[in-house]
Amino acid sequence: MRILVVLALLLIACPIAAQPVTPQIVDDSIPRSLTGKPGDAARGRAIVANRSVGLCLLCHSGPIAGERFQGDIAPSLAGAGSRWTEGQLRLRIVDGSRLNADTIMPAYYRTDGLQRVARAFEGKTLLSAEQVEDVVAYLVTLKD
Amino acid sequence: MTRRLLVLGLVLVFASSWAVAQVAADKRRSGYQDMGEALQKMQDDDTANPGMLFVQLGSQLWAKPVGAENKSCADCHGAAATSMKGVATRYPAIPQGAERPVDLEGRINLCRAENQKADRLPPDNRDLLALEAYVAHQSRGMPIAPPYGPILDAFRAQGEGIYRRRQGQLNLSCAICHDDNAGKKLAGIAIPEAHPTGYPIYRLEWQALGSLKRRLRNCLVGIRAEAWPLDAPEYVALELYLMERAKGLPLETPAVRP
Repeated sequence: MRILVVLALLLIACPIAAQPVTPQIVDDSIPRSLTGKPGDAARGRAIVANRSVGLCLLCHSGPIAGERFQGDIAPSLAGAGSRWTEGQLRLRIVDGSRLNADTIMPAYYRTDGLQRVARAFEGKTLLSAEQVEDVVAYLVTLKD
Repeated sequence: MTRRLLVLGLVLVFASSWAVAQVAADKRRSGYQDMGEALQKMQDDDTANPGMLFVQLGSQLWAKPVGAENKSCADCHGAAATSMKGVATRYPAIPQGAERPVDLEGRINLCRAENQKADRLPPDNRDLLALEAYVAHQSRGMPIAPPYGPILDAFRAQGEGIYRRRQGQLNLSCAICHDDNAGKKLAGIAIPEAHPTGYPIYRLEWQALGSLKRRLRNCLVGIRAEAWPLDAPEYVALELYLMERAKGLPLETPAVRP
């Protein structure tokens, strides 16, 4: 009986907990925050700089002094905030393949359409909705 | 007279530009060319190349009797300098009587199991790497010369398929980095062209000698893809394809890499 109650609770709880926010795409952007709240630019900067969380600097360079060994495969993040609006940046992080099917940039907030994902990462997005918002908040500050 | 000189001059110009074009046509690079001069010197100097310690160990193991048969490699194959010369340039290959290709470490283990009646050595085992390095070293400087045939070609095609398919949480293929973006910098380090010219290699990042399989698994982990089991045929298929890309380039074993 107790098991049934737990199962019932799980069934109710799971869809809510696992349901990712469905980002609304308008033209070439996602105008609204994935969390309904603005992100934190300082946390976003830390995510961008972290080689095992944001992974950004593996391919991009960015105006983060002290981070050596940056990449040059992708455009510099410097000036991203003046090249793109907040919503455009959000879509590029969530799923750049919506704009360019051949893009090599990973989709940071998508779990479908992937093959042979390592078990530890299966069904997980690269960043959480909160983390995406933090990164967006940081990138919009990069005006130069 | 002037006319003859003119013709001669034209012939010379055409001949030399044709020769230049032939050399320039092959733009493939070994990782050796993209690393710093200090590392190139380390690889070239046998007293400084850490991989040579494994080659030396391999030469001792070559002569050491093992297994229920108490036979050494040398008991059947004699001096490696003659019997193993060129062998590594042709691997992976299909052993006589077998139906699928094996890599060099697989071939060494077959010999252990069938002829020496000894235990197979696990991947990246020190003795296995040393034997592999010793065998491959006998072909140093020789051009890579992959074998062909219906089965090999099928495995090679499978390898190319894997190379070009996106996978992992980062949704990247080998080709995206090692073809489309080779030479550019990933985390500050130049991306090599995926020519496995010197395995097993001494990689500074590992502080150890390691196999191509280990290197491939590094990339799989990097793109957050599920690595195949260590004995999976996918690695052999990939190696067949990669060796085809490196066909004609000189074998460097033991190579040093950053």
